[in-house]
Amino acid sequence: MADHDGHVQAYTVRLELADEPGELLHALEPIAEHGGNLLSVFHERGSLTPRGHIPVEVDLECPPDRFDAIVSALREASVNVIRAGAERYDEEITVVLTGHIIDTDISDTLSRITTESNTSVVDISLSAPEGTSDVSSARLRLATDSADTGDVLDTVAQIADEKELRVIAPLTEREVTA
Amino acid sequence: MKLAVLGAGAVGRSVAELAEDYGHTVTALADSTSAVVDSDGINVDAAVARKNDDETVGTVAPGAAFESEYDVLVEATPTTLGDAQPGFDHARAALESDHHVVLANKGPVAERYDDLRAIEAENDGRVLFEATVGGAIPVLSTIADVGSDNVTAVRGVLNGTANFILSRMAAEGLSYEHVLAEAQDLGVAEADPSFDVDGTDAALKCVILANVLFDGQYTIGDAEVAGIRDLPGSALELASEDGWTIRLVGEVARDGVRVGPRLVPENGTLAVSGTRNIVQFETKHAGRLNISGRGAGGPETASAVLSDVTTLAREE
Repeated sequence: MADHDGHVQAYTVRLELADEPGELLHALEPIAEHGGNLLSVFHERGSLTPRGHIPVEVDLECPPDRFDAIVSALREASVNVIRAGAERYDEEITVVLTGHIIDTDISDTLSRITTESNTSVVDISLSAPEGTSDVSSARLRLATDSADTGDVLDTVAQIADEKELRVIAPLTEREVTA
Repeated sequence: MKLAVLGAGAVGRSVAELAEDYGHTVTALADSTSAVVDSDGINVDAAVARKNDDETVGTVAPGAAFESEYDVLVEATPTTLGDAQPGFDHARAALESDHHVVLANKGPVAERYDDLRAIEAENDGRVLFEATVGGAIPVLSTIADVGSDNVTAVRGVLNGTANFILSRMAAEGLSYEHVLAEAQDLGVAEADPSFDVDGTDAALKCVILANVLFDGQYTIGDAEVAGIRDLPGSALELASEDGWTIRLVGEVARDGVRVGPRLVPENGTLAVSGTRNIVQFETKHAGRLNISGRGAGGPETASAVLSDVTTLAREE
């Protein structure tokens, strides 16, 4: 992508897929074919949209002038695009969870965070030096809209509270910069 | 000024030892079981030596300090929770006999601020308590200078013991228990570290700040407090992968007081290391102010006590 002055931007695309073999691959192909670089795919198996489909969140980067072509290509391939482009997330928040993260179903924790607030899990790092059934730590990087960070942190705190996990939240950007 | 010093721990002793350097005279020094009193000035070195040998500072009853000739009562007995006794009664006795009070003891200002201010208002003496928040750092006098109406929020790292433990855990990849034991060996942590590592000490300081900034009515019951005791070393490791570290941060705003471990940028202002403290003010017209320094220790805290005494002397 260096032929576009090296300028690429990150985008989040939210898709709905039928729960059938090959659907995910079918959805990702048009992105790669039109010059998009996949950053992460969050496949929320287990949570269904009202139409009975599986929500999938795709983070990708591409030069801004190629993004519309990628979205059109997805639609031409009959992939249901729920949200794209302008609504991409403009803020990342890091949180650290500690406690029985693995025992309390980490994939459920992640999918609840993304379905119960306006966020997507961009990155996760897990450390369980004492083994998976003991106390462990996880660092999550969440992408969200800057207007929703408070709401996202509240949701994380509430889910963590139910699972008796501890949340170490950042002092928000407004508080720590300058 | 003539000082009656109650409490002969690290802070009380240091106040007595340094008073002369600041131009003041110690006329009484008391611990919980005894006192030494002399209206011309006590022999501080002899009293401290006696305390080291016999565990008592003097030969008369501790109450004699109140009967002595003094201008300022320095309250440096241990901080207690709940009714803040006996510190509160000590302050009351001094105020009701129209003496000034300088507190190093956090209890009365954190737990019974409104009661204390009411007694102060009815009598002639004043109450100052710079030493209760941030030790040697001029936190309260900065608020007084800026104007409490102009400060909208305060946050900071206000407990040296917890900070020492977190910064060692992060730097050396060691466990909480390991670093705590080391801190106890170095004398940075008490044998019973609960007050520091459970966040109580930082919370009391934040409650005092809330009382000063927002006209009283706060006690530790209004604070949301979490400590660092259960923090696994892996949490600090993961945080650092992303350029963050963990500090026990106290936050004071009109809507409440909160103390707990928070992620702060690894190379940011709040990531002070070791036993240093830092306080950050948000002001209406001057943006953010940061002040940092030694938040504990006998001579450091005594310097804050003595600067209050000097303020009172200037106002006489």
